[in-house]
Amino acid sequence: MRATARQRQTQPLQIVRLSMARRGRLLRRLWHDAPLSSIGALGVIGFLLLALIGPYLTPYNPTANSLSERNQPPSLAHPFGTDNFGRDILSRIIYGGRNIFALTGSATLIAVGLGLVIGLYVGYLGGWLDQIVMRLADALLALPSLLLTLVLLGALGNSRFTVLVAIVILYVPIVTRVVRSVVLDVKTKAYIEAAEIGGESRFHILFREIMPAVLPTLAVEGALRFSYAIFLVASLGFLGLGVARPEPDWGLMVSEARDWYALSPHILFFPSAAIVVLVVCVNLMADGLRRLLEYSEAD
Amino acid sequence: MESPILAIENLTVAYRLQGVWLDAVREVSLSVNAAQTYGIVGESGSGKSTLVQAVMGYLSANGAVRQGKIHFEGEDWLNAPRRRREQIWGARLSMVPQDPLSALNPALTIGEQIAELVRRHAHLSRRAAHARAVEMLQRVKLPDPEGVARRYPHQISGGQQQRALIAMALASPELRLLVLDEPTTSLDVTTEAAILDLFAELQDSHRAATLFVTHNLGVVARMCQRVAVLYAGEVMEDAPTITLYSMALHPYTRLLLRAVPRIGDPRPLQAIPGRIPSLRQRPSGCVFAPRCAAAIELCHAQKPPLERAVEGHLVRCHRWREIAAGSLRLEEASAELKRREMQQAEIAFFEQLFSGEQNGAQATVMRADHVRVQYGVRGLLGRLLGQKPPFRAVDDVSMRVLRGKTLGLVGESGSGKTTFARSLIGLIAIESGEAHLLDMPLRGRPRQRAKATLKAMQMIFQHPEESLNPYRTIGQTLRRPLMTLSGMSRAEANRAAAELLRAVSLPADYLSRFPSELSGGEKQRVAIARAFAAQPALILCDEPVSSLDVSVQAAILNLLAQLQQQHQVAYLLISHDLAVVSYLADYIAVIYRGQLVERGTAESFFMPPHHPYTEALLASIPLPDPKARMRRIRLTDDQPSNIVPSGCRFHPRCPRYLGDICRTQAPPWQRDRQGGYYRCHIPPDELAALQTEPEG
Repeated sequence: MRATARQRQTQPLQIVRLSMARRGRLLRRLWHDAPLSSIGALGVIGFLLLALIGPYLTPYNPTANSLSERNQPPSLAHPFGTDNFGRDILSRIIYGGRNIFALTGSATLIAVGLGLVIGLYVGYLGGWLDQIVMRLADALLALPSLLLTLVLLGALGNSRFTVLVAIVILYVPIVTRVVRSVVLDVKTKAYIEAAEIGGESRFHILFREIMPAVLPTLAVEGALRFSYAIFLVASLGFLGLGVARPEPDWGLMVSEARDWYALSPHILFFPSAAIVVLVVCVNLMADGLRRLLEYSEAD
Repeated sequence: MESPILAIENLTVAYRLQGVWLDAVREVSLSVNAAQTYGIVGESGSGKSTLVQAVMGYLSANGAVRQGKIHFEGEDWLNAPRRRREQIWGARLSMVPQDPLSALNPALTIGEQIAELVRRHAHLSRRAAHARAVEMLQRVKLPDPEGVARRYPHQISGGQQQRALIAMALASPELRLLVLDEPTTSLDVTTEAAILDLFAELQDSHRAATLFVTHNLGVVARMCQRVAVLYAGEVMEDAPTITLYSMALHPYTRLLLRAVPRIGDPRPLQAIPGRIPSLRQRPSGCVFAPRCAAAIELCHAQKPPLERAVEGHLVRCHRWREIAAGSLRLEEASAELKRREMQQAEIAFFEQLFSGEQNGAQATVMRADHVRVQYGVRGLLGRLLGQKPPFRAVDDVSMRVLRGKTLGLVGESGSGKTTFARSLIGLIAIESGEAHLLDMPLRGRPRQRAKATLKAMQMIFQHPEESLNPYRTIGQTLRRPLMTLSGMSRAEANRAAAELLRAVSLPADYLSRFPSELSGGEKQRVAIARAFAAQPALILCDEPVSSLDVSVQAAILNLLAQLQQQHQVAYLLISHDLAVVSYLADYIAVIYRGQLVERGTAESFFMPPHHPYTEALLASIPLPDPKARMRRIRLTDDQPSNIVPSGCRFHPRCPRYLGDICRTQAPPWQRDRQGGYYRCHIPPDELAALQTEPEG
């Protein structure tokens, strides 16, 4: 009796350190309260798996033209049909998903990492450094994201790397702001003062005492950033930016399919659906993460 | 006999938590008559708030009355329809809550809020309702009631807010039951005393029944005719106040009364080991048995009934007859329990661990000379942007703390006592003046200070909840100062951390626990262990027990006293509670508005002459003894903190105000016969004579 009561009280926010039983309990509760969030998370995992192992499953080369099989409707051989060059749409979506995960995933990770470090430092140190950094962040946030990306693409050249740089530049200030707000709250707590009195180094205070409190919020913010990044990359692809034809890219596929949608709507449907489903799944997952944190805090 | 206003019969209230109903209040019966004040005393977790909510009909959505009845003026209150309740709420049943600021609507003026209530029930015109509101504000003795009525809640002080709420609660002429839920807990002692006076006075006029819920045994002794002691949701004892305080029959009541520090009583406090069982862990036998020194097997096996010991005196204990007859002496039983605990603690090993080092041999550990601290210092930019001018929280404070001794620093909220301690340890900058710790200057932020300086001074914070990092285990928390300040290796630190835990009477397996798994008292023990880890010469204790329950508070105070004896560490004990200070301190200093007004040894401190402010403080403390006759000295409400009075800072509130001299000249330090110092224009002999005079 005593032992179980103890377990229930175990420090909540460290999902990593939770017992399996408790983790299971939280997940079950999530499934019960918000089944859609769980489905979203499963969807993201599905897309990720598809991106990882999909290329080994599909027999078609995503860029191989086959003029004899142009604009085929979905069939057993081509579950999503073929486009106007006779390329297999499913393969193109799988490879495109791979590209999009690689690009937005790495960009989000870099942005979240940089934002975390900057947010921790400026939040904790405060003063004029904080003022300067946050005003700079305000200035960056004032620019429309698509416009900034276009300018960068013009200046640095139309490449995937430029898109990555653009996403990082766009999202670092947002993440910094979120991290900083948590730090401002945590740094007034007596345990941080106790660490200062205890002669702890700044590094220890920032990364061992304060950072754990930031991570939950950061996880939610990271998931949200990820979904926005996917959206941005798809928009750019639609404009033909950041990708080189004939590389498979969801946004580009949608854009190319516009001319054919009356004749063979599936060419437009499947890449559009891929974008929508993935973005919705990631958003649902972010919502689920947020709920999990609320549960564990409320416990 | 008239019928009671409020009759609670066999009430059980439960909360549904994760699919299980857990009883928070169990089989409580009581009845309150007109013009009677009924006290409900309990520590946190005793179910007193739940009881209040059930009486008011405010239970949260997951709470429900599982059994029993509540009759309000003979009417079934539990099953009253919503419409009926709305007629009664605010008209015949009112409540004064604990936190005045959150109970008032910040968007409406005080006058509007009271008038709204009056209009709803009495159907008066706007103008008449406003007049009634002002009249009520006058009745609760707010100076300038017209002005207060026009102000918004944040524009008046905490004491005034509470008065306004009382005015609101009493606004209805038909009031039959007044529920007071810890109405003075968030207030300073001097304000509390004035509010309690007001209650006592108003009670005579409104004749309503009062249910007074509090954790403070002193307040109960002053206010109530009858008291029910609540523990873990059950009534342990229910008796007239005088009986309860003089011949309590339940072990819990007895221990609780002995756990309160009393001024001028040096006897060790009776700590109650353990903690209130959580809702999930309520024992099947007597709920108090796990913590009871006199528990026998029967107590664990079978729940004792609430028995009538004498007419009007109910007690829930299997052994009350032995206690009443005097054949069971609780003090002895618990002394035995304590001896067993001490052996487990293996204090010897702890001493051995730290015996090698001596932190300097001087008698004076810390010396502060003319320390001033300012808040909100503006830069050029801040000045241009129109930031508020800085506020001097500590103004010219000098003191010495001797090796192995405790200096108690007493003051109300906003007096600058905590700011002073924080400036010593570097959490806020000293504006001018000097402070030295063992001849090392105290200057700059902790980061800029030498390891030796950091090591020699540590701090225990007020809120145990906030003083431990929730993301780090107790072991991680305790190891850090051992490694950083004492230069131990990881393995050594691990061993020493386990010893530290043992020294504060916690089991070593707590090392791997997170703070959320500990109770408030246990967290504070860990915080104490952390402070001792660096073997400091001085520990700043900032209200170390103010957020703890009485029974836990006693244990922490005893622990602090015991550790001081073993390690010859000096304490600067900061507290608003004179009784707590008098229990631990060798020397006492009183701070008012950033300046010391009195200092002296603890023995002489409680004898006249006192500084008039100290005198008022002493007279304001509610004593846990219903027969105590208090000297009635009441202070007027404080002025806003940004106005610093000229001359003597206390003169606008001083009951012994002399005249112009107090307003224009800063008073000198005067020395009395016992060697204490105070800062007042009145010479010692004259002041002593004034203060020993019996009240006319």
